[in-house]
Amino acid sequence: MLYAILCYNSEDLVYSWPKEHEDATMGRLSMVQQKLATAGRLGPVARLMPTTTATTLRKDSEPALVIDGPFAETKEQLLGFYVVECTGLEQALETARELGNANPGGAYEIRPIALLNPAGPGFNSWSAQR
Amino acid sequence: MNPAAWIEAAFTSARPQAIAALLRYFRDLDVAEEAFQDACLRALKSWPQNGAPRDPTAWIIFVGRNAAIDAIRRRRKLEQLPPEETLSDLEDAESKLAEQLDSADYRDDLLRLLFVCCHPELPAPQQIALALRVVSGLSVRQIARAFLVSEAAMEQRITRAKNRIGAGTVPFDTPSPAERTQRLGVVATMIYLLFNEGYSGTGESAGLRTQLCEEAIRLGRLLLRLFPSEPEMMGLTALLLLQHARAKARLDAQGEIVLLEEQDRGLWDGTLIAEGLALIDKAVRHRRPGPYQVQAAIAALHSRAAGSRDTDWAEIDLLYATLERLQPSPVVTLNRSVAVAKTEGPGAALALIEPLEPRLSEYFHFHGARGAYLHQLGRDEEAREAFQRAVALAGSAAEAAHIRLHLDGLVKDRVPSTPAGESAK
Repeated sequence: MLYAILCYNSEDLVYSWPKEHEDATMGRLSMVQQKLATAGRLGPVARLMPTTTATTLRKDSEPALVIDGPFAETKEQLLGFYVVECTGLEQALETARELGNANPGGAYEIRPIALLNPAGPGFNSWSAQR
Repeated sequence: MNPAAWIEAAFTSARPQAIAALLRYFRDLDVAEEAFQDACLRALKSWPQNGAPRDPTAWIIFVGRNAAIDAIRRRRKLEQLPPEETLSDLEDAESKLAEQLDSADYRDDLLRLLFVCCHPELPAPQQIALALRVVSGLSVRQIARAFLVSEAAMEQRITRAKNRIGAGTVPFDTPSPAERTQRLGVVATMIYLLFNEGYSGTGESAGLRTQLCEEAIRLGRLLLRLFPSEPEMMGLTALLLLQHARAKARLDAQGEIVLLEEQDRGLWDGTLIAEGLALIDKAVRHRRPGPYQVQAAIAALHSRAAGSRDTDWAEIDLLYATLERLQPSPVVTLNRSVAVAKTEGPGAALALIEPLEPRLSEYFHFHGARGAYLHQLGRDEEAREAFQRAVALAGSAAEAAHIRLHLDGLVKDRVPSTPAGESAK
């Protein structure tokens, strides 16, 4: 089954990391990802830009309302996500723990994925990333 | 995992909001700073043993506030005659604390703290130094080195700044929307100056000054999170991100300035550029253009171009014309002349800046640009004079060295010609 591992942490805190800490953390995370990739279990991984770049479309009003900022004002913000193939919740938790050891602090929300659409034709992930 | 690094980051990220809240309780910068310091010392003992709190900032505010109240009570016992209002004030604050911690007051707290640092009687360098010390928590030593002054001189500058903003002048009422907008503008200017202070660093101090740029970006993002719908805050943050994205390409191995046209664009930071462009996109939707947005849009055009030849100079010229309308200044016109030189040739650029001479006669960049246009027009004798005036006015060794290169160039190629790629009319 596919799981999304949604990464929550205090944005203030993460953006205050000294460069060495950031590099060391990313190094440890990439080792965990490498392991998942080798096992053929790693799907898309995304790191989101800061919430200051977010825009929210409230579509429960007519016309829909465009609001600057993230959907939820919380102490911890959604900063990124992984998509990982797991045998079940136990393995998903195990994977999240491994990622958590590499990057302590904050929280992971583990959510089974109901439907994952592979990229459409002509989608160029590199240009999308730029 | 290095827990010390995590705790340091927690202190750094908590500091602006914690000091801001403590300033509201105690209405005194020194007391607020001491309370924060005290809370950090306790955190260093408590967190490794008991685990980190879920909300480190709230923890520091609570503990810092209690520690400072304790200290005041102890002093009261010693001094016998207590200032009665101070104490009743504190108890009042105490009862309100819980509900205030999560409320929108936080926003006004932080704005107030930054605004206090921007006291109109303080000259800009003092405003910046005070903000770096109080809000960002840089050590006096770090600030002194970035400003190339002695530690003692910087200590004195900060103390003097603090004394100048006497307790009576700190605005503690909740600001009206108009006051809030006005304060935001003042604070934005300070953040912009802080960035420029870092940006103008060259040579040996360049590395130290990078920290000032990063701090300005952090404050910009922080304010933008509190005021998410202010297009000028988006513009300011975008401008800083786009400028800072070029940091690695701006100076060569000797710490000397590399002009935009000659920079290795492969060294530009794509992540910062993407974030800056995203913010401009958001700002434009508001249809409330302002000077920061326009400057960010100009920086964005440079960021999007693969090189000088691919740059949309006509659009940059238009944007500078808009900026001249929004914020008339001879320096803006001088900058515009660079785009005019590209679209209409050095003759038109020179004609645009000649009338600025009386106001910019002491300005390094004026003589540098004038010399370049004269040289392009083949008027080398006048170009040499202009470059020599620029060297005399250079603010840093790197600036002077850059102009000397032009002077050397004049000697080497005696035959004047319009350089290839320049579209002279």
